[in-house]
Amino acid sequence: MAKVYVDGNEIEIGDKERLNGIQAAERIGIDIPRYCWHPGLTVVASCRMCLVESGTRNAETGEIQMMPKLVPACQTPAKDGTVFVTNSQKVHEARARVEEDLLLRHPVDCPICDKAGECYLQDYHFDHGQKERRADIRPFTSRRRDVGPAVTLFVDRCVMCSRCVRFTREIAGTSELMIVNRGSHEEIDTVPGFPLNNKMSGNVVDLCPVGALGDKDFLYSQRVWFMKKHPGVCTGCSTGCSMWTEENQDHVYRLKPRENPHVNHWWLCDEGRYGFHFVHSDARRIGLRRREATGVYAEIDWSILPGEMQSRLSTAGRLAGVLSPHLTVEEAYLFAKYLRGFDPEAVLALGPVPMAEEDERFKNGFTIRAEKCPNRRGVEAVVRHFTGACPTFYELLPRIEQGEFGGVWVTGGYKEPAYDVDVFDQEIADRFDNVKLLIVQDIFASPLWNRADYQLAGGTFAERDGSYVNFADRLQGAKWAVRPPAGAWAEGPLYWRLLNQPGLFNARKVLSDVAAEIIYFAAAADEVPATGVDLKINQLAMT
Amino acid sequence: MPDFEPVLLANINKPDSHTLRVYEAGGGYSALKKVLKEMDPAKFIELVKSSNLRGRGGAGFPTGLKWTFLPKDHPGPIYMCINADESEPGTFNNRILMELDPHQVIEGIILSSFATRATTAYLYLRYEYPLSLRRLQLAIDECYAAGYLGKNIQGTEFSLDIYLHRGAAAYICGEETGLIESLEGKRAWPRIKPPFPAVEGVFRKPTVVNNIETVACVTHIAARGAEWFKSIGVPSDPKNPRDPGSYGPKLYCLSGHVNKPGCYEEPLGITCRELIDRCGGGVWKGRRGKAAIPGGISMGLLTESEFDTPLDFNALAKVGCLGLGTAAVVVMDETVSMVDFLHNSCRFFMHESCGQCTPCREGTRWSVEMLERIKAGKGRLRDLDLLLEIGDTIGIIPGTTICGLADGAAWPIKNAIRKFRPEFEDYIRRTNPNGYNQTEPVLSLDPRRSPHSDVVEIAPWWPEAHHHG
Repeated sequence: MAKVYVDGNEIEIGDKERLNGIQAAERIGIDIPRYCWHPGLTVVASCRMCLVESGTRNAETGEIQMMPKLVPACQTPAKDGTVFVTNSQKVHEARARVEEDLLLRHPVDCPICDKAGECYLQDYHFDHGQKERRADIRPFTSRRRDVGPAVTLFVDRCVMCSRCVRFTREIAGTSELMIVNRGSHEEIDTVPGFPLNNKMSGNVVDLCPVGALGDKDFLYSQRVWFMKKHPGVCTGCSTGCSMWTEENQDHVYRLKPRENPHVNHWWLCDEGRYGFHFVHSDARRIGLRRREATGVYAEIDWSILPGEMQSRLSTAGRLAGVLSPHLTVEEAYLFAKYLRGFDPEAVLALGPVPMAEEDERFKNGFTIRAEKCPNRRGVEAVVRHFTGACPTFYELLPRIEQGEFGGVWVTGGYKEPAYDVDVFDQEIADRFDNVKLLIVQDIFASPLWNRADYQLAGGTFAERDGSYVNFADRLQGAKWAVRPPAGAWAEGPLYWRLLNQPGLFNARKVLSDVAAEIIYFAAAADEVPATGVDLKINQLAMT
Repeated sequence: MPDFEPVLLANINKPDSHTLRVYEAGGGYSALKKVLKEMDPAKFIELVKSSNLRGRGGAGFPTGLKWTFLPKDHPGPIYMCINADESEPGTFNNRILMELDPHQVIEGIILSSFATRATTAYLYLRYEYPLSLRRLQLAIDECYAAGYLGKNIQGTEFSLDIYLHRGAAAYICGEETGLIESLEGKRAWPRIKPPFPAVEGVFRKPTVVNNIETVACVTHIAARGAEWFKSIGVPSDPKNPRDPGSYGPKLYCLSGHVNKPGCYEEPLGITCRELIDRCGGGVWKGRRGKAAIPGGISMGLLTESEFDTPLDFNALAKVGCLGLGTAAVVVMDETVSMVDFLHNSCRFFMHESCGQCTPCREGTRWSVEMLERIKAGKGRLRDLDLLLEIGDTIGIIPGTTICGLADGAAWPIKNAIRKFRPEFEDYIRRTNPNGYNQTEPVLSLDPRRSPHSDVVEIAPWWPEAHHHG
């Protein structure tokens, strides 16, 4: 055990841990301000904001020998006996000077800056800056240029931390960004003709400690202090990145990566980051509709659905259910339970799994997976538990075509347009001709939707409460961020109601039942941490 | 002081001094042959160490000691970098050596590489020296032909290749890790240390970076021995066991307001006045000297009364200068305005700051803008304190930057204002008689609070200010 001393507090650090001064101080809640240092990037120690006093303590005599000059905490390893002083007068003065320097030519256009409210420069100015501006340099310029399709650069707001440059070199591996010119004329720029258009470009906006790099998708759409953050899981692919869904008044404005060392570290790809607009698409289906004998759809009230389903499903004969890989574990479980309640032999199948051609892997290992759905493994495990096998949708289709099933319930929830093809196209819809009772639950219309007997408007990822199992058997929880539009029901609450459960839908309670009942999910029996649980431990027990 | 026989510049007045023929005729490469035959690298390092040779590039670090920092038994390759990015204003001693006696330099490079077991040497040459480039390349080609370079030099196991690398004219490439980055093809941003170049330098291999003049001295130490070297210069302070002294000949670059500017070889420890009067023929036009830069602009200033300071590695710090630097003495006569001097030197550092560390990048720019305002007749006395604060808070001594060049940017500010404060105050009082004493915040967000602010407002905000005024 190495002992490190920060402001007189003793911190124990494991032998194999390699921490710097900032990380060591963080252990006891001391925040050392920094711009250029980021745990996921290499150390450049150039912003000089994290300057602290450092020294060594002799373990035997207890004597402390301090270095005469200030050192950057990001570059100073926390070794046994290292002493950091982060609150001395000298340190405060150094921080005030750096803060003053950075604000010399900063436009201070906070009122029109998207970053205001989550800006390091603002925060640190209040914490460490000086009251009075002593410089008389004209700061009122704000040049802007686009560096890529998703990212725009406000040149004069930049503090030259070079995080974005290092990101494109070290994480994305595409090296589009660079620093041009020298000294105080330095600017971030791209090589002409090579814009920042890699699939991880949005991360540079998160990395930017100030408002220099702006997200064109989010630009000027919402002040950050109005938004609330909800922990979620990206449903773009089977990587299942942890993320924050940020909304204000039931409108999602942006998605941000949520740090998770097991899955995505600090990153989120552009596909996931910007792939949420379908939530507020005008094309979303609203309401519950029943096809009358005349072939015309009639809007019916959701309150009569339980009764209606009760009578129709119990008389439909053999039932089949198609469980979309976009369903959460809880929803899949409730749905399977519901169908099997009417027909204990009901056949369950995994819905279509949209696939891209291949995984896209970046320099540091971040991968956008070809499987464009969040929960194939979770749904498969639930289906297997109920039926012992998990046929795919396409294996089920011939049996549907032959009229084996009296009633089929298809759940969707795919983005529009679903990955490259419409998953429920006309050809597939035609094969449902022999089905007497077709229930389709989806968020967008499709040929299959148009021939359904019941059309149930469903929910999107932002409206779902539940858990997803990613490609590596890691189960992560997501909280609902917005309410579904009036007239649509997220699957979880709907199934809860159909099953006549008391009170409001409680995903945690369902997950406890799932964990108790299905051994694959046993690890989720207790509280699931924010970074998720690895279910693989129990797979060993299964075999 | 008795007349000193030039050593480093002994050849430069011979016709065709840059050719191998002339150099060999003067005894050139005999030291190399001797060392290769009689010594092993460890013994040669000992020789250089015992001569107390200190690096001529600016910092004055003992060269032999630097070589011993290389890891022992490293499988290699080990690289030798020769810093010829001579961009300190006022400095041109490397240029004389490279243009007029390149073989002396190359012999030193070969000897230094032999000592450090380096098999490749890079000579990082300043962009502005095209003649040096041609003559060095010519000399290197001659050496390959004569068997002084290449495989198995002079029939020994030792092999060496020298590559000339021409820089792109940036002051920061003279910083050793900046040079290394630039050599690797990257932006010349100095690296954070540790690791030091001796452990991880060019292409992540152990590297020694030496100045041109340093390796030229190595040639003569090999030829004449450490005792000869220690017979020249200022002996070490007996009270300070860690002081390596200031031994050996040194090329002083004398320029500015003197009658005979030029590069003069003198023993270390010559005083500034001696240099000006004896070598430079005194201050020009019969005027009095006012100040002198002792060793390149980044080392600070000597006032006329401090001209008797010896120009060696230790004495200059005692009068508040940063050090000997490159020993480039720039003399200013009594007509020079220190405001102009400071403005010019700050402009240089603003232009050449690499922009990596915030305090240097912003501080150099801020000081220029402040001096420009002072020169435009809007100076305030409090600006001087602010300038001093900028000067005192950037550099590696306060610990606010990665490389030492920020110290160099700060030193002229500190020295000029501390040593010539009355002149600055007079200037401000004279040029800004109404506002010199203003202590109000210079820029307030409310224009009513600082009517003398020279900030140009883009939008006429606070319309009520009109009624007020």
